[in-house]
Amino acid sequence: MIFQGKQKIWSDYQKEIPDDHWFYVRSCIRQSFFPGSEVAFLDIVCNKLGKDFFETEHHTTCGGIAYHSEALPQETMMTIIARQFALMAEHGYKNYVCSCITSFGLYTEVLEDWRTFPDLEDKIREHLWKSCRRELQKPEYLAHASDIIYKFRNEIAARAKHRLVNKFTGEPLRVVEHIGCHYSKMFPSKGVGGAEYPYVLAGMIDSWGGEVIDYPERRHCCGFGFRQYLVKANRGYSMSNTHKKFESMEPYKPDMIITNCPGCPYFMDRWQYVIAEQTGKTYGENGYGIPVFTYEEVAGLVLGYDPWDLGLQMHQVAVEPLLDKMGIKYNKEDKYKGSGGKILKMPEFPMNIKCC
Amino acid sequence: MGKLYEKLILDYRIKEGLKACINCGTCTAICPAAEFYKYNPKNIVNIVQSQDDAQIEELLKGEQIWYCGECMSCVTRCPRRNAPGLVVMALRSLSIDMGYFVESEKGRQMLPLTRRMQNNILNYGYCVYPRTFHYSEHPEYGLTGKWVNENMEEVYERLGANFDGKGPGILRKIPDESLAELKAIFDQTGATRRMEIIEEASKIKAKEMGLPYDEYEKKAFEETEKDHLNR
Repeated sequence: MIFQGKQKIWSDYQKEIPDDHWFYVRSCIRQSFFPGSEVAFLDIVCNKLGKDFFETEHHTTCGGIAYHSEALPQETMMTIIARQFALMAEHGYKNYVCSCITSFGLYTEVLEDWRTFPDLEDKIREHLWKSCRRELQKPEYLAHASDIIYKFRNEIAARAKHRLVNKFTGEPLRVVEHIGCHYSKMFPSKGVGGAEYPYVLAGMIDSWGGEVIDYPERRHCCGFGFRQYLVKANRGYSMSNTHKKFESMEPYKPDMIITNCPGCPYFMDRWQYVIAEQTGKTYGENGYGIPVFTYEEVAGLVLGYDPWDLGLQMHQVAVEPLLDKMGIKYNKEDKYKGSGGKILKMPEFPMNIKCC
Repeated sequence: MGKLYEKLILDYRIKEGLKACINCGTCTAICPAAEFYKYNPKNIVNIVQSQDDAQIEELLKGEQIWYCGECMSCVTRCPRRNAPGLVVMALRSLSIDMGYFVESEKGRQMLPLTRRMQNNILNYGYCVYPRTFHYSEHPEYGLTGKWVNENMEEVYERLGANFDGKGPGILRKIPDESLAELKAIFDQTGATRRMEIIEEASKIKAKEMGLPYDEYEKKAFEETEKDHLNR
């Protein structure tokens, strides 16, 4: 009965996602901490699925992290976004897709604000013209890149080399899905499944053979908090929120976590390391942490990409226990190599959280 | 209606975020910041709704408005479609514009924060950029983060980035003409002025506190003196 009720609510929050021809913009955080994810995303949609995704070198940050830290006024952020939209139109595109969740939340909010306050849109149009001599043209369709992978989740499943199934037990892997707050908390109708029962990641997990874990703090923020992380003196806020989530999910024994925001996997990965080093507490099995992945990384693993091509060596929490469960073969020697197989000095290893 | 309130309602985030608060406290119940800090978004919204300038000024000069993490969890749950997070953002902007932000410890963090963010955007076109993200300032980046810092070019190249390169791709060099457009946007829309306001007010405050300016900035970034925590 409850499950049927959730299905009904999900059906109210399904969004139409165009099939092809997208203007793609990158994420400051994802390209810095998970560069392999953006490479994998474009390889999957362009080379495996044959879709058209265009990128121009002239696009920039949307300014979102600075705006949410109050380092930029609202009109500055809006004009930077208006410039991004202008670039899209200049290249003949109408569908706009971004890699970042902070960006997606802001693009959604800005379009809604301009619809509600046309005078504000006029003002930004004028700012854009005066500063850049560009014409604002709004996108016809806006998506987050996880919406695209969600749309093609079954095509990915059909090509799967590995599934989210524990090869030792034959049981589905137990997966925590964590949705970035700015995906749909402000505008639930703009995210697949809304804010209460978002389905964008759960849909991927269902298609790829895993089992979604429900736990009390499932919708709690990872703890980024912008200034609460960026300023060194405030970082206790950020870690405490991650700690709250991990304490809440621990009894459900997750095998892995999948996220759609570029910041969340960074914080949930790194704060596990800090918690372990400060207190000795680890949340995974046998002294390991719970590995945290971007949705592109998981799609890549399902499709048979090499883990080190996906950049999983940039995680602090070891991913090998999950790779072993999925039956993915990897070469330990290659993990920390540089370009062209160049041997690099190995990283140091933590005291309390096990690494491979 | 007081003068500060008159300024506040010019902000679109107040128009969008404050319709009619019924003081139910749902926002405070769901708020991650209210659990961690001595913070109560319901009270903040109530003060703004009261239009009482004395209390609004106290907010603008105080610590509370800087506690929010802008996750916007409050928006989903408000039964009247208010957005306390947006109200807080408008208060923070007014606190900066009035120069009141230097009166609180958390407000004074605007100097290091704005410098770092604006410099990243104007110099590189990104909010976060590996060459300015150092393990020494971010020990939580971890030992793999330290390894990435020490082998930056090799690691990014191995993963297919176009690090500081021409053309599109991950961490590409944003062309100079595009960086110039960002600077023009900053000048046109108030970001340049915001940095000036923050520098001017911070210099005066540093003098008042008897601190050399660089020490004032370091203290704002690294130290926390007051008991902000909800315990």
